[in-house]
Amino acid sequence: MPVYSEKVMDHFTNPRNVGEIENPDGVGEVGNPVCGDMMTFYIKVKDNRLEDVKFKTFGCGAAIAVSSMVSEMAKGKTLEEAMKITPRSVADELEGLPKQKFHCSNLGAQALNKAIEDYLSKKKGEAKK
Amino acid sequence: MRKVYMDNAATTPLLPEVREAMMPYLGDIFGNPSSLHDWGDGAREAIGAAREQVAALIGASADEIIFTGSGTESNNFAVKGLALARQNKGKHAVISAIEHFSVLHSARTLEKWGFEVSEVPVDKHGVVDPDDVARQLRKDTILVSIMHANGEAGTIEPIQKIARITRERKIPFHTDAVATVGTIPVNVAELGVDALSLAGNQFYGPKGVGALWTKKGVRIMPLLDGGIQEDGRRAGTENVPAIAGLGKAAELAKTHMTDRMKRLAPLRDHLLKELPKRVERVVVTGHPQHRLPGHASFCVEFIEGESMLMLLNSKGIAVSSGSACTSRALKASHVLIAMGLSHEIAQGSILFTLGIDNTKEDVDYVLEMMPPIVDRLRQMSPLYAKFSKTVKGGK
Repeated sequence: MPVYSEKVMDHFTNPRNVGEIENPDGVGEVGNPVCGDMMTFYIKVKDNRLEDVKFKTFGCGAAIAVSSMVSEMAKGKTLEEAMKITPRSVADELEGLPKQKFHCSNLGAQALNKAIEDYLSKKKGEAKK
Repeated sequence: MRKVYMDNAATTPLLPEVREAMMPYLGDIFGNPSSLHDWGDGAREAIGAAREQVAALIGASADEIIFTGSGTESNNFAVKGLALARQNKGKHAVISAIEHFSVLHSARTLEKWGFEVSEVPVDKHGVVDPDDVARQLRKDTILVSIMHANGEAGTIEPIQKIARITRERKIPFHTDAVATVGTIPVNVAELGVDALSLAGNQFYGPKGVGALWTKKGVRIMPLLDGGIQEDGRRAGTENVPAIAGLGKAAELAKTHMTDRMKRLAPLRDHLLKELPKRVERVVVTGHPQHRLPGHASFCVEFIEGESMLMLLNSKGIAVSSGSACTSRALKASHVLIAMGLSHEIAQGSILFTLGIDNTKEDVDYVLEMMPPIVDRLRQMSPLYAKFSKTVKGGK
C-alpha cells in the first residue's frame, strides 16, 4: 500500500459526506483527469454557516481521504472559518500525506474555497438585482 | 480472507525448489567464484551450471550468457553497451514508444552522449509495425531495441519480422524479453535477435539477478569496470545464490512451460471475457490474442486505478495499475498513452497478472469483488455523475 496514515485509510475506506446537494448554494470544482484528480464540492449555507457539505471525487486514495476530511472539517463552520482551511491543515488532520501526494491530491481546501466563492458571488449578484 | 496474488508482472513468488537450490550458497558454499582454492570451486561450478540452464531455456550457448543484477541492468547494458561499441560507425538508435523505462531512459542517456534516438509508435493494441521500424533505419543506425512483450499491455511484438529487417541491414537488434523468458517459448535463433535481456523474478526465480544474452561475435562495451568476471564483460563478485536460483528457475520453466501456459491462458481469457460483462464501460487494453498467457489488463472508466487497487487489497487481492496516481512520477503510463488512450481513461488502469498459483476460484473471486468496488468508487466520482446525467439521461 502507499504509505498512508491510519487516518487517511479510515477516511478512504469510510468517506464522510459523499454525494451531491440538490439546489446547492455553492459549487466548487477543481483539478482535471489529466493530472489525476478531480473534486467537486457542494455547500448549503445558513446564517453564514456551512450547514451541509458534500463532495464527489475522482482520484487516488489520498484524494478521496482529503475530500472527506475537508468536508468534515468544514461542516458547521462559519464561512470565514472554513476559508481558513488550507492544504497544510488538512494534511495535518490526516496525520500526514506522502510527499508526492501533497500537491496533486490535496485539492480539497481549494475546491471548498471555490464553492464558498461561488456562493458569495451568487449572493452579490442577487443583492444587485 | 482469501488471498489472491495477481501481480506477477511486478514479481513472481520464489518456487520452493528454487529456494532449495539457492540455500547451499547462502551457507557452506560461500566462496568467491574467482578464488583458486577449493572454496572457490563450488561457487564457480554453481555459476557454470546456472549458465547452462539459462542458455538451454533460450536456445543459446552457455558462453553467450552474461549474468547481471536485474532486467534493468541487462537493458542498460544492452542499450548503452551495444551503442558505445559501435559509435564510430554511427550514432543513431531506434526504440519503440512502449519500452520499459530501463530501455527508454538508457536511450535518453544516449541522447545526452550525442546519439540520436528515434521512437517507433505502436497501434491501439500496443503492436509495433515492422514497417515503421524499417522506415526509421538510417545509414548511421547502430542499434535497434524493441521489447518482446510489454509487461503492462501484455502484447507480444513481432520480433521475428523486425529481426529480418535488421539482419538484412546488419544492424544489431536487442530485445527486452524480461516479460517473456520463462513464460512463453523464447529461442534466440528463431527470434533472430543479437542480444536479449531476461530477469529471474519474472519466472519464479530470485530478485536481483538477470542476464544478458549476446550472440557470439557481437561487440559490447562493459558498463562496470573491475575484475574479469563474466569474461570481462561484467565486473563484480557474482551473486552466487541468486545466479544458482536463476538457473534452477530456468530449468523448471523449460520443463513446465507448456503446462503453465495451458493452465494460465484459459484463466486469463475467462477474466478478459467476464469482467467487461459484469462491469459496464470497461476497456480491455493490449492485444486481444497476441498477449502473455497470464495477462489481463483493463481501463475502468470514471474511476482511478490506485483507489481500485487499494480496495482490492482490502479484499486480499493484489494487482497493479498504470494510473498517474500510482506512479511515483505522477504521470499516466507512457504505454497506455502510446496506445492512444486518453489520460482520463488511462487513470482507470488496472492490471491482473496471473501466476502458476492462481486458480479458477481466484478469478471468480476477483470477478465477484470487482463490481461492488467499481460501483462504490463510481458513486463518488464526479465523472460518473456527469456520464449518468448526460448519456444515461437518468438522475
